[in-house]
Amino acid sequence: MATQEVTMRVWRGDAQGGAFREYRVPAGEGMVVLDVIHAIQAAHANDLAVRWNCKAGKCGSCSAEINGKPRLMCMTRMNLFKPGETITVAPIKTFPLIRDLVTDVSFNFEKAKSIPAFKPGPKEADGTRRMFQEDIDRVQEFHKCIECFLCQNVCHVIRDHEDNKKYFAGPRLFVRLAALEMHPLDTNDRKQLTKEKAGLGFCNITKCCTEVCPENIHITDNAIIPLKERLVDEYYDPLVWLLRKLGGKAPEGR
Amino acid sequence: MASEIKYETHEYDVIVIGAGGAGLRAAIEASAQGARTALVCKSLLGKAHTVMAEGGIAAALGNVYPEDNWKVHFRDTMRGGKMLNNWRMAQVHAQEAPARVLELEEWGALFDRTKEGLILQRDFGGHRYARLAHVGDRTGLEMIRTLQQHAVHKGIDVYMECNVQRLLKDGERISGAFGYWRESGKFILFKCKAVVLATGGGGKAWKITSNSWEYTGDGIAMALDAGADLIDMEMVQFHPTGMVWPPSVRGILVTEGVRGDGGTLKNSEGKRFMFNYIPEFFKAETAETEQEADAWYEDKKNRRTPDLLPRDEVARAINAEVKAGRGTSHGGVFLDIASRRPADYIKRRLPSMYHQFKELADVDITKEPMEVGPTCHYFMGGVRVNADTAAATVPGLFAAGEVAAGLHGANRLGGNSLSDLVVFGRRAGLYAAEYAKALKASPTVDAGRIEAIAQELLAPFSGKGGENPYTIHAELQDCMQGLVGIIRTEKELKQALDKLAAFKQRLMKVSVDGNRQYNPGWHLALDLYSMLEVSEVATLAAIERKESRGGHTRDDYPKTDPKLGKVNVVVRKRQRELQISQEPLPEMPDDLRKLVEEQK
Repeated sequence: MATQEVTMRVWRGDAQGGAFREYRVPAGEGMVVLDVIHAIQAAHANDLAVRWNCKAGKCGSCSAEINGKPRLMCMTRMNLFKPGETITVAPIKTFPLIRDLVTDVSFNFEKAKSIPAFKPGPKEADGTRRMFQEDIDRVQEFHKCIECFLCQNVCHVIRDHEDNKKYFAGPRLFVRLAALEMHPLDTNDRKQLTKEKAGLGFCNITKCCTEVCPENIHITDNAIIPLKERLVDEYYDPLVWLLRKLGGKAPEGR
Repeated sequence: MASEIKYETHEYDVIVIGAGGAGLRAAIEASAQGARTALVCKSLLGKAHTVMAEGGIAAALGNVYPEDNWKVHFRDTMRGGKMLNNWRMAQVHAQEAPARVLELEEWGALFDRTKEGLILQRDFGGHRYARLAHVGDRTGLEMIRTLQQHAVHKGIDVYMECNVQRLLKDGERISGAFGYWRESGKFILFKCKAVVLATGGGGKAWKITSNSWEYTGDGIAMALDAGADLIDMEMVQFHPTGMVWPPSVRGILVTEGVRGDGGTLKNSEGKRFMFNYIPEFFKAETAETEQEADAWYEDKKNRRTPDLLPRDEVARAINAEVKAGRGTSHGGVFLDIASRRPADYIKRRLPSMYHQFKELADVDITKEPMEVGPTCHYFMGGVRVNADTAAATVPGLFAAGEVAAGLHGANRLGGNSLSDLVVFGRRAGLYAAEYAKALKASPTVDAGRIEAIAQELLAPFSGKGGENPYTIHAELQDCMQGLVGIIRTEKELKQALDKLAAFKQRLMKVSVDGNRQYNPGWHLALDLYSMLEVSEVATLAAIERKESRGGHTRDDYPKTDPKLGKVNVVVRKRQRELQISQEPLPEMPDDLRKLVEEQK
């Protein structure tokens, strides 16, 4: 593919309003959408706001909706599109717009603060921490998360219902909770938080989050469903329920 | 126009600028010491350059080779750095790295495991034993996330997307820092007793680079302007293996772990050329034949493969092969792991390399070789610091990580950066907090100075010269790539100085569109100030060092000069003028010198 001109429709505007603006720029071999955005900045719009860092799919900064699909701009090749096709780039929808392609994602950082920290149990007698690869494989999958928040963006619980944000942490934080819950060394109990403050029950496993994850984390199958099962065991197991009754500690519902 | 400048003010004991591994670790430590601590970063938390680190963190844990210990790690680091290292930093680093790695594990990090359930370690260039704790090829992500999650529970105030531009002083002491919020463009003042710089390097001044937009040398420029000494600025590491094709990905890093896990470099004739580039300095410990090199992967009693010579050696070799016409059609060489290791092994050990080549270059690394070539990667030079306390030469200023200099000497070994971040990040936080505690009264800031800085920062909006910051940046990158690259000559370095002077003039005429709200054009115009300053210092230092050593190769002085091996090139600013000098390295004690001089 030699250099050819491409037409891009890019959202320009801020919280007060805005519109798509069209730019025509040359695109060379191997270019990704982020390269083209940079070309627009350099030639036509110095002030076009966009977040990016690594340009290699490792930092999760450049999330956007490209032709309506939530993607990382740095990992979306231009040759994915038909020659001559106009490519539309919009900011991710679920979070408040700051400017152009940049949104206010502080929701995610606030929710992260509410999750109780990792708390390891005692060390082995020889002073080491022994864990076996097969016991950490599943947690390492969760640790691949680059916090691009695309899963948060597509989750319909908060995408279409702003009010739910107060009660719902979203797939990214469920992955974090699952990582802590399944960490072989962790001793903290976050089940009540998962149920009550993080709102795991809102999730009806439509798997939209899994589909958009650029790290291919099986968010629904490996994180959310096992978390749901743990809650069921804890809160709805008849034996546990009976013991709790006898102990006088009834679970608090929301 | 005077006195219309508005800014918010915050007061702390310690502010840490930069939230990669060093900044996070410094903030955690300063806060643990009871200092009121703020962490200020240009990007969102968790996006700093550390997140891109791939191969691992070097620490002589001895989990894979019990023979390994801090002395061997110290020796490897000094030899890799061509003896220009600050010996005390190299000692502290080698001694403390294992504790810092185990601390990450205490905070929730999950490194890959040995069969016995301990932290697994992998081979890397210049390390005698398999020494790098790692998580596949995404070790930096594990590290930054672990530190980030630990920090948020420690009550540290985090200022994200907040860009510090200048340091403030009260007499000789640090008294604050001034910058702007990226989101709103509004100004912000930090009054503080101590500043920890953890801002990384300045590789974004080069065209082919593994560095992100953040790497504009801010911390180095701020320290220089505040009167601090810089050392070793001529020492820029070109990582031997960056992607070369397609053009849009040129420079993106390909981890040394590929070679650590069995990959080899080949030229267009299919020859493993590294055997032709073994320098005298490493001859005794390097394999001479392919059989011997391959045997090393199985048993470290054999001599090491030359594919894993230190990075400066490998980068120069690749450069020479391409120049001799034995490169690939895209101007790189081949890096082949496909023919040497099974596909499932490659995918397990190098998942993000697999993904990166598949997605960005249509190359399946389990079936085909990669095309690679050198990419500007790391500044060994930077702010001169006290080896134990990480204190710069200005009272109240501390520096850790890539922005600081000394540990790596003339060339950094892979894996020694992540360990540098946590070892010296912790020390910087500790000693900054101690310094702040000992300071009775808070230093004051000069309102007139703040007013002047603010006017300077706003100048691009009223600039009528019509210079485009993106154009200046692109030309600067061409200049540094072409004239201050891997192989240098006096003539070209002087040409670079002339060009840099012209860029500085043009920067005065820069004008930007739009308003102050999240405006990348304005941000770049401001970043150009530090990129130009850092480029000038690097070029001056490169002219001063008339020899070839580590990351600094002079075509006109191709040999090492033992006399220059005993000095640092020091740059400082006095009355707005750069001064350059050669100052002796700290003298290494005899017992350590013996360790380093051992041949095998």
